[in-house]
Amino acid sequence: MSLHILAVDDSRTIRDMLKMALTQAGFETSLAEDGMHGLEVLDGMAPDAIITDINMPRMDGFGFIEAVRAQDRHRATPILVLTTESAPELKARARAAGATGWIVKPFDPEKLVRALRTVAGPGGA
Amino acid sequence: MSDPMAEIRASFFIECEELLEALQDGLAAMDGGDTDAETINICFRAVHSMKGGAGAFGLEALVRFAHRYETVMDEIRAGRLAPDRDAMMLFFRAADVLSDIVRASRDGEHIDEAEVESVLGQLEALAGGAPEEDEEEVADFQPMGLAIDLDSTPEAPTDEPWTIRFVPHAELFSSGNEPQHLLRALAALGEAQIVCRQDDLPPLDGLDPEAPYLAWEISLDTDKGEAEIREVFDFVDGICTLEVSGGPRGPELPPLPDLSDLPGTIDDASAPAGPAAAPPGPDGTARRITLSEPAGDTAGDEPAPADPLQTPGGKAPEPAGSPAAPPTGSAAPGDRADGSGAGGGAGGGEARQAQAAAQTKPTVRVDLERVDRLVNLVGELVINQAMLSQSVQEAGIPSNSPVSQGLEEFMQLTRDIQDSVMMIRAQPVKSLFQRMSRIVREASAAVDKRVRLKTEGEATEVDKTVIERLADPLTHMIRNAVDHGLESGEKRRAAGKPEEGVVTLTAAHRSGRVVIEVADDGGGINRPRVRQIAEEKGLVPEGLSMTDSEIDNLLFMPGFSTASQISDLSGRGVGMDVVRSSIQELGGRITIASEPGVGTTFSISLPLTLAVLDGMVVRAGGETLVVPLGAIVETLSLADEEIRSIGPGRNVLHIRDAFVPLLDLAVELDYRGPLESYDGSVVLLIQQEDGARAALVVDSIEEQRQVVIKGLQDSYGHVPGIAAATILGDGQIALILDPVDLMSNVAGRSRGAVPSLDLAG
Repeated sequence: MSLHILAVDDSRTIRDMLKMALTQAGFETSLAEDGMHGLEVLDGMAPDAIITDINMPRMDGFGFIEAVRAQDRHRATPILVLTTESAPELKARARAAGATGWIVKPFDPEKLVRALRTVAGPGGA
Repeated sequence: MSDPMAEIRASFFIECEELLEALQDGLAAMDGGDTDAETINICFRAVHSMKGGAGAFGLEALVRFAHRYETVMDEIRAGRLAPDRDAMMLFFRAADVLSDIVRASRDGEHIDEAEVESVLGQLEALAGGAPEEDEEEVADFQPMGLAIDLDSTPEAPTDEPWTIRFVPHAELFSSGNEPQHLLRALAALGEAQIVCRQDDLPPLDGLDPEAPYLAWEISLDTDKGEAEIREVFDFVDGICTLEVSGGPRGPELPPLPDLSDLPGTIDDASAPAGPAAAPPGPDGTARRITLSEPAGDTAGDEPAPADPLQTPGGKAPEPAGSPAAPPTGSAAPGDRADGSGAGGGAGGGEARQAQAAAQTKPTVRVDLERVDRLVNLVGELVINQAMLSQSVQEAGIPSNSPVSQGLEEFMQLTRDIQDSVMMIRAQPVKSLFQRMSRIVREASAAVDKRVRLKTEGEATEVDKTVIERLADPLTHMIRNAVDHGLESGEKRRAAGKPEEGVVTLTAAHRSGRVVIEVADDGGGINRPRVRQIAEEKGLVPEGLSMTDSEIDNLLFMPGFSTASQISDLSGRGVGMDVVRSSIQELGGRITIASEPGVGTTFSISLPLTLAVLDGMVVRAGGETLVVPLGAIVETLSLADEEIRSIGPGRNVLHIRDAFVPLLDLAVELDYRGPLESYDGSVVLLIQQEDGARAALVVDSIEEQRQVVIKGLQDSYGHVPGIAAATILGDGQIALILDPVDLMSNVAGRSRGAVPSLDLAG
C-alpha cells in the first residue's frame, strides 16, 4: 500500500510540482490551497503524512499545523513544512507548532521522498 | 519528465502574472492609505510565491530579486519600516522590475541589469541594516549546525562501525516523529545492529503511556560519514539525545564489544518494526506491555536515569531531557535545542478575507486559434439560423406553429451560445490598466511631476484582441495626459489645486459599447495656442471660425504637436492622429472634452465584440443597410412642419424643443439625390456617446436582427460612414453603417458641395 500524502500550498506551481514528485514516487496525493482548505480536505481523509507551506492566505502553515495537532487523530501524523527560509528560528517555530520536519524549497523530489519515508515509513505504516 | 516540467513551468509563468496582478492591487491599496496588515501580507506572499516557484526552475535572477524585495516587505510587515511615499514608489518600481524579470525569464530575453541593480540597491538601502540572508539560503534539504572533527572523521570507508546512541524525548513523539522510521532510515545507510534499551522502563503501574522510556543503541557499519548519519536525525535534532561516535579512527575503546551478547540484540534493520518500536499514542500502553521481557543485565526498575551501558566514548550519557552533547566534538547548536524559541505560530485561526479565491479559480489554457474557430463557427450558425427563419417565413408557416416556436427557441439558444463564446474571448481591462499605472509612474518621473493614477471599472470585460491593440494608443494618451495635460507643480499650486495631479482611467459598458476614458485634472486644452500652432503649421486657414470642439479636434490632425519643447516623453513622432487611426481600426471612435482649468477627457468608444452586432436592417435608395442598434435612440415618422431649414444644404428636425440635423442616408451615401418632400419619411434618431444627435432619413425599416460582422478593411480600407458588411438571412450582402462616422463626415462635407435640399429640384 502506498503512502497517502496531503500537500498544502497556495502556489499552483508548487502544488503541481509536489503532485508530480509524489505521484512519480507512487504516493497517493491530495492537494489543498491554504490552511483552511487543508483542514477541509483533511476532514475526509487520513493521510500518512502532510506537507504544508508556511506563507498562505486565510490560514498560514503554523495555524494549520496547530489546528491539525489539536485533532486527536492527528496528534502523531507526520507533518513536513515546506519553506524557502532555512533560518533556525523558522524551524524552531515550525517545530513548536508541532511540525515533524522541514523541506527547503526548491525541493529535490528524491530528497522529498526520502524525508517523507523518514517520517512516515516505507508505506503501509 | 521534461514534458510535465515544461507544463508546470508554463503554468508557473501564468501564476506569476496573477501574482504580479495581486501585488499591484495590494500596492495600490497601500498607496491609497490601506493599512490593513493583510494587504501587505498579500504583497509579501505574492513575491514570496514567485520566489518559491522560481527556485524550482533555477531562475536565479528572479529568486535573487524576489528575495531582496520580500526581505524589505517583511520589514514593513513586522512594523520595523514605515511604508512612506518614497518606499511605496520604490515598491511600485520594484514590482515593475519584477514583472520585467518574470517576462524576460519566461521568454529567455535579456534583462536590463542596470535597472535591476539600481532597484536592488535601493531596496537594500531601504531595508537598512537588515542583514542580508542570501547566504543563509540552503540549496536543499540539509543537516544543520555540524562541526565535523576532521581529525577523527575522514571520509574514507572503514571497517570500524559507528556507534550511535539515540534517546528520544517526549517532544520527538509530540512532533509526529517516529523512532521506527528514523532507525529504518539509519539502517538504510549500511549494515546496522540495533539494540533497544528498556532500562528506564518503569513497572507497569507506574508507566505513563505517553512518556518516552526507550533508548536505542545502534552499531552501524557504513562508508558514510558522520554528517550523513546526523542528517537522518535532522528533524529530531534537539528533541532527542543523539550521540555518534566511533567510525573511522574512532575513540580508543572498541565499539560495544558486548553488544552481540545482549538478549535484545537484533541484527537486522527490520528489527525496529517489531514491538521494540512501539509508537506512542493512545494505544501505546498495550503495545509496550509486550516489551517487558527481561532487559539484559540491568533491572528494569532501577530508578536512576544513569545508563549502565557505557558508551564507547567513555562518556557518561546525559539524562534524558537535556540536549545532546555528542562526545566526538560535533556540536548540536544549542539555540535550537528544544524548538521553543519563537512561540506558537502566527494567527492560526485567523479568518482572513478570501481574497485569494478569485486567483485560484481553476482555468484551462486554450489556443486562441481554437477559440477563434469557434467564434467563426458560431457566426456561421447565426447566419444559418437567420436564413432558416427567413425560409420558414417565406413558406407561409404561421408563427404559432411548432416549427416557428422551435425556431424561436433555436434563435435564443444561438444567441446564448454566441454570448458565451464571446465571453471566452473577453477579458477584464484590469491587466491593461495595470500596465498603464506603470506608464504613469515612468512618465511622471520623466517630467518630474507628481501624478496619481485612478482607475475605475477595471472589471469591465473587453475582447482580448481589443485589449491588446488598445495598449499602444492608451500608452500614448496617458503619456500625453501626464506630459501635456497636467500642469507643473508650481502652476497647480498657483491655481489652488493639489500639487499631485490625477489621471483617471475609466472603463464602462455603455449602450452596447465599451467606453474607455482618459481624464486629467490639468489646465484643459489651451485653445488659442492650439489654434495658433495649427495656423502656423498651415493645417487650417488663418482666421477661420471654429467651434471649441473643432479646435480640440485639431489635435488629431497629422503633424500636430503642442509641446513647444519636445520632451523626451511624448515627442516620439507619434501623434494623436496615430492614436485616432488605431482606435478607428478597432471600429472605435475617440472624442475630446476639455474645460479650461478643470481638465481634459479623451473618450474611446469601442464595439463590445468584433464579431456580432445587433442591428436594424433598413432600406435606403434601394439598398439594404444595417444600422447598429446601439446608436439608435428612437425611430419616428416625419411631418413636414417638423423640418426647419437653416441655410443651404442644412435641414434640421425639430423634436421636443430641440433641433437635430436631418440627414438623408441615401443622399449621404450617394445612392440618389435628395427628395422633394420628406413628409411621412421614416427617421432614425441617432445619438453619439457625447450626446450629439442626428436624424437619419431612410426609406423603410425592415427588421431588427443580429448580424455577423464581416470586416471590409482588409479589402477596401476605411470607407467613410461604413463600419463593415454582413450577410443577411436571404444571402444578400448588406453594409453596416457607422452612424457617428457618417455624422462627422457629413458635417465636413456640408460646407462643400453636398447637394442640398434646396438645390435639388
